[in-house]
Amino acid sequence: MLNYTIRRLLFTIPTLLFISFIIFLLLDLAPNDPTGNLPMTITPDVREKIRESLGLGQPIHIRYFKWCVQFFVNEPLNIVEQYFDITIGQGDRLRVSSWSTRSPVGDLIAERMPQTLWVVGMSYVIGILIAVPIGVYSAYRQYSWFDQTGTFVSMVGFSVPTFFTGVLMIVIFSVYLGWFPSKYDTLHVVTDWESFVFQVRQSIMPVSVLALFNASTISRFMRASMLDNLNQDYVRTARAKGMTERIVVLVHVLRNSLIPVVTVIALGIPQVFGGAIITEQVFSINGLGALLIQGIQGADIPLVQTLTFIFAVLIVFFNLIADILYGILDPRIRYD
Amino acid sequence: MLDNTADAQKTPLVKVDNLKMYFPIYKGVFRRQVGEVKAVDDISFEIFEGETLGLVGESGCGKSSAGRAVLRLYDITDGSIVVNGHDISTSHGDNLRKLRPEMQMIFQDPQASLNPRMSVAAIIAEPLDEHQSLTKKARMERVFELMDAVGLSRDFAKRFPHEFSGGQRQRIGIARALALNPKFIVCDEPIAALDVSIQAQVVNLLEDLQDKLGLTYLFISHDLSMVRHLATRVAVMYLGKIVELAPRDLLYSDPQHPYTQALLSAVPEADPTVESSRTRIILEGDVPSPTNPPSGCNFSTRCPKVMDICKIDTPEFKQLKDGRHVACHLMK
Repeated sequence: MLNYTIRRLLFTIPTLLFISFIIFLLLDLAPNDPTGNLPMTITPDVREKIRESLGLGQPIHIRYFKWCVQFFVNEPLNIVEQYFDITIGQGDRLRVSSWSTRSPVGDLIAERMPQTLWVVGMSYVIGILIAVPIGVYSAYRQYSWFDQTGTFVSMVGFSVPTFFTGVLMIVIFSVYLGWFPSKYDTLHVVTDWESFVFQVRQSIMPVSVLALFNASTISRFMRASMLDNLNQDYVRTARAKGMTERIVVLVHVLRNSLIPVVTVIALGIPQVFGGAIITEQVFSINGLGALLIQGIQGADIPLVQTLTFIFAVLIVFFNLIADILYGILDPRIRYD
Repeated sequence: MLDNTADAQKTPLVKVDNLKMYFPIYKGVFRRQVGEVKAVDDISFEIFEGETLGLVGESGCGKSSAGRAVLRLYDITDGSIVVNGHDISTSHGDNLRKLRPEMQMIFQDPQASLNPRMSVAAIIAEPLDEHQSLTKKARMERVFELMDAVGLSRDFAKRFPHEFSGGQRQRIGIARALALNPKFIVCDEPIAALDVSIQAQVVNLLEDLQDKLGLTYLFISHDLSMVRHLATRVAVMYLGKIVELAPRDLLYSDPQHPYTQALLSAVPEADPTVESSRTRIILEGDVPSPTNPPSGCNFSTRCPKVMDICKIDTPEFKQLKDGRHVACHLMK
């Protein structure tokens, strides 16, 4: 297993380099202009100078190489320096910087990460916690009213887009009922009980919109996997042994059914970091998704390049985690 | 071999009366019940302590359903089942669970019937945890004892089912079934999934265990020669019903029911001279669907000796003078 993991990790290096290059090429082909958002009074030759100062005058391979040095060497060194409070070499090296804000992309991401992890991450966890019991019970009582209702709700959950459910919730719960704030206040700091209650209140709507979506998908997987296992011969064996129904379902069937579901959950985690771009817009949460949209609008290529690449790293990494988890959970699967 | 007078004196360990197992069929948008599969349709038999009752018949005749229904792995439609003095036909939940140690089953597919995520030791020990309170050490001792009894090396205790061959897996299944000292074991085609050399080993193991532990078997099989080797008495099933139930030698030497005759005529002979002169009774047509069995005798559509009455009246399952039971209008 260890050898397998190491081999897979080594294989990710060329994969990720290739992905980063493709992203770079795509962004370079995109017909956008970093000076596009500047006032109209600025003359074209000044704009050209600004572009050159951003490094856009250089050929693409040079620009790509410089980004690679900044991202793969300078940024990690910088993190090490900050973390251990030491200085390596000169200490003053060029970081990947956003064109529109001039601040290092790493700092921007670190700033936005907590909001996204809190709202989107929480919705993912809650979605799983809801989905697993629903999936188990739906399968155990297949075609019961509970199962039929569950099927209906999850169909609604993943066929209605979050920009619709989000706005609908705002209209009902903020506008008419006035229970929750319609805007998520990112600057809010939790200091005491009251501010904590406020934090919970403002999180409820975005979290539940995303949780509904996540729970719909995962509960379908859980149900299908349970149904696969419930009719297996070993379940009959467990009943013949005289085990209680609880043990039959929760130990024998559930443990076997969780194997594919766990990998689906692991593969979904990168989306949490990616932020729910649309939901963040609806509730104006200042998360990673909002940062990405902002970067795309302003043609902030270093920001978009770095964010997209980090998502790619997470996807590759969690794919590996899912494969390894599969091997750990299912004794029939052995790598190497 | 037990003769009939001995049978009459002994008390049956298992007594099945008018057992019916119908599976509902649901169809359409609202999943309305549109019919039922009469997998087991009114069968009665007794199994005496220490004997082996062979249950034979072609695929789909309801042998396995009968075996599972007898152990109440299904909720039966009708009838009564008494095992070791307990009427289990109406027991439910915990009451039924408490009776499980007395009756066990060896399953057909040794791969699928073992939980792939449990080690051999866990599979065998699980019922011990549930029904007995043993110390950890005593439990492990019992697991090893059972593994010895079925001829599995103790080194295999920590392995998983997929790491074994088919024969070894079936030994795990047998050890598992024996864990709680059952009196009655239903063997549901335990050798059908194994190759011939392994079949003999497993059958010998079953025989040895029966001698040693005084087990009573209901041995379900479509392998007529294996049943001849193992069984004390043999029941022949056709389309959910038992057509003939007789002591082994009597059944194989002088079958009475036309279906039994046809079935036995299909068994090949080892001796080429006998084999070349063997006359086979070839049945015409297919087995009717158990959702819609023919009126009268179930075998009337294919019986070479069919009479008018067969298509109207269901023949009674009656006892003949020599002690055997046959359901046929030809028997007077």
